[in-house]
Amino acid sequence: MIPLLKRIIRTGIISRKLPAILADVPAAQAPQAGEHERLQDEILNILGRALTIREVDAGSCNGCELEVHALNNPYYNLEGRGIKFVASPRHADMLLVTGPVTRNMENALKVAYDCTPDPKLVVAVGDCGGGCGEVGPMFAENYASCGKVSNVIPVDVFVPGCPPTPAALMQGILAAIKGSKG
Amino acid sequence: MTTFFDEPIEFTLQEGVGAPVWLGTVPDGEALEAFAVSVHKNDGRIAAIWGSDERLRGNGFRLVVVFGFESGHLQVSLDLPADKPVYPDLSGIFATANRMQRATRDMVGIASVGGDQRPWLRHGAWPADWYPLRHDAGEGQSWPNEPSDYAFLQVGGEGAHEIPVGPIHAGIIEPGHFRFSVIGERVLRLEQRLGYQHKGVEKRFIGLALDGGARLVGRISGDSTCAYAWAYASAIEAACDVEPTGRALGLRALVLERERVANHLGDLGMLGNDAAFSFGLSQFFRLKEDWVELSGRLFGHRFMMDRIVPGGVSQDLDADGLAAITEQCIVIEKEVRALKRIYDEHAGLQDRFLTTGPIGPELVRELSLTGMAARASGVMLDGRAWRQDYTPPPPYAGLGVRPAVDERGDVAARVEVRFLEVFESLRLMQKLAASLPGGPVRLEVPPKPDAQGLGVIEGWRGEVVVGVALDGRGKLARVHPHDPSWQIWPALEHAVLRDIVPDFPLINKSFNLSYTGVDL
Ligand code: SF4
Repeated sequence: MIPLLKRIIRTGIISRKLPAILADVPAAQAPQAGEHERLQDEILNILGRALTIREVDAGSCNGCELEVHALNNPYYNLEGRGIKFVASPRHADMLLVTGPVTRNMENALKVAYDCTPDPKLVVAVGDCGGGCGEVGPMFAENYASCGKVSNVIPVDVFVPGCPPTPAALMQGILAAIKGSKG
Repeated sequence: MTTFFDEPIEFTLQEGVGAPVWLGTVPDGEALEAFAVSVHKNDGRIAAIWGSDERLRGNGFRLVVVFGFESGHLQVSLDLPADKPVYPDLSGIFATANRMQRATRDMVGIASVGGDQRPWLRHGAWPADWYPLRHDAGEGQSWPNEPSDYAFLQVGGEGAHEIPVGPIHAGIIEPGHFRFSVIGERVLRLEQRLGYQHKGVEKRFIGLALDGGARLVGRISGDSTCAYAWAYASAIEAACDVEPTGRALGLRALVLERERVANHLGDLGMLGNDAAFSFGLSQFFRLKEDWVELSGRLFGHRFMMDRIVPGGVSQDLDADGLAAITEQCIVIEKEVRALKRIYDEHAGLQDRFLTTGPIGPELVRELSLTGMAARASGVMLDGRAWRQDYTPPPPYAGLGVRPAVDERGDVAARVEVRFLEVFESLRLMQKLAASLPGGPVRLEVPPKPDAQGLGVIEGWRGEVVVGVALDGRGKLARVHPHDPSWQIWPALEHAVLRDIVPDFPLINKSFNLSYTGVDL
C-alpha cells in the first residue's frame, strides 16, 4: 500500500490543459481561445448532463481504437471533462464509429444506430471512416466493405487522420456538440 | 537442397537476411499429409495456410502451408488441378488448421476433403459459389447482405444455457461473436465466431505496386503495424534479392521494440482495470502516452505506420533522436519497475490473476501457439532469440535476446511475461541505439517478376507471417498476411473453461488478440 500511495502523490494531477492539447492541431482547426473553459458548461447546456458516447468499431484496423483509448488517459482525461463512454447505444448521445463499415458489420451498425435515442450525433473516425485521404480509398466499397460510415448511417462530423490524434478526436466530438446546438 | 524429417521433399533455403525459411513443393495431397504428420511428430507447428489462383500462369490452384519447426519455417506448396482443387483435411493432425482451411475455401474455393465445412469469413454478404480471390471473380460486385444462420455446436445437459455476446462488445474493442454455454456461472464451452472485420484486404493487394502493398499491410492490425510492415518488407526483399543495410535493420528493430512496449504498457493498464484496479490503468496509460508521444515526435507517427518499407526504413534518426530514445528507456524502466512492485504486492490483483484462464504447454503445442501466449505457458519460442538449432535474423542475432518465460500459463503468467518483455525491450533498444551502424537507410527495390518470398517477424503477440508473390509485371499477384491470433483464438476457447463468465474479459485481455488481423 505504501508504494501505491507514494506513486499517487508523486504523479499528482497531470491532466493536460485543453489549450495545450489544442495547440497540437493546426491553427486553422483550433477553436477560439477560452472555448475550452466552456466545454463542460456547453455540454451541460445542451444535454443537462454528461455526454455519453458509444464507440462502434465497424471494421477498423484497430489503429483508431488505440487513439480513442488514449482519450481516457490522464492527459486527455475525457471522463474528467464530462464525457463518458457507455456500453449500450441506448444510453448514448453519440456514436463514435471507426472503420470502413464491413458488410459483415453493416446490420449491427444499423441496429446500434436505431437503438440510439434521438436526437443522436454520429462522429465518423479516421480516413477509413470518412473514405478520404490516402487510406480511405484503399478500403473503399468492395464485395466485403460498404466503405465510409456515411454510406450506412447519417454522419454529423468526420474526423480525418490515420489514425486521428486524440486532440483531433476531441475537436471532432466538440464540433459535433456545437453543431447540434447551433 | 535439403530434406527434413526423412521425408522425400526437397527444400531450398530462401536467400537474404530474414528469418530462416526453406521453400519446397509436394507432388500431391498424400505427400502433404505425410509431411504434416512428420512435422507434428517433430514438435513442429502450423504457421499459416493460404491458397492462390494460378490459372493465369497456366496452372490450376495452389495451396500453401507454412510450418514452423525448431530451426525456422518450411513453406510447402501443393499445386491442385483447376477442375478439382481439393486437398486432405489437416485439422486431424493440427487442430488449429480448422479455421485457416475454412477461410481458404471462402476466399479461393480450395477445399479440404473432410473436416469442418462451415464457412468462416463468409457470413452472408456474398454467395457460397463466388470466391473473391479468383482472378475471374471481378471487381465491384455486391450482393444483398443476407444474414446467414451459423451452426454453433450445441451443448446439451440439464441446466445448461447459452449466452450470446457480440458482435458489438461493451468496451471500446473490435467486433466478434462469443457464444458461452454455461451452467450457473461456470463456462462449459465457448465458441467464437469471427469474420466481422472482414473487409476484403487480400483482394485489395492484388495488382498493387510494392509500396502500395506496404501501406496496406501496415493497416491490417494497427497495433502491430511495424511487425506487419517488417514481415512484408522481408518477404519482398527475399523475392527481389535486396538486403537492407545494417542501419536500416537496427532502426527496424527499434520501432518493432517500441511497438512491443507500447502494447504491453497499454495491456498491463487494462489488465489492472479489468481486475478492479483503475490506478493501474491511469498509470500505465500515462506511460503509454509518453511513449507514443515520443514515437510521434521522432518518427512523425505515433504508431510508426509506414516507417518500415521495402528496402529499409523511410526515416532516419539523428544522434539527438537516439539519445531521446535511450533517455526515455531509462525513465520508463524505473517507472515500470515501481508499478511492477505494486502489481506484485496487490493482493486483490494477484487474487484475480492467479490460476485464472490457464493453458498448459501441451495445448500450446497442440494449437501451434507462438509468442507471448506460448512463452507464458512455459514454451520458449521467440524468433528474436537463439535456440539450439535456430539463428535469429539480424540485428537480433547480435543482441543476445533473453526471452521471457513463465511456466504457469494463467493470467498472472501473461502479466509477468509482459512485464519482463518490457524490461528486455528497453534493454535491447538502448543497445541498438548505442551500436547503430552508419550508412543509408533505404535501398531501391527493383521488382522481380514472378518472384515469391516469405517474411516472419516476432511481433508483440507472436509470429507475424507474410507471404508474397509477384506477377509478370512485378506487381503484387498475391499477399497473405497471417496474424498469430489465428492460433491463439482457439486457445482462448480452452482457457475460459471452468472459470466463470465474469472472468472472461480479464482472460481475453490477457491475450488481447487481433480480430482484424484474422478477419482481413
Ligand atoms: S483510419 Fe487508419 S488507423 Fe483508422 S482504421 Fe483506417 S487504417 Fe486503421
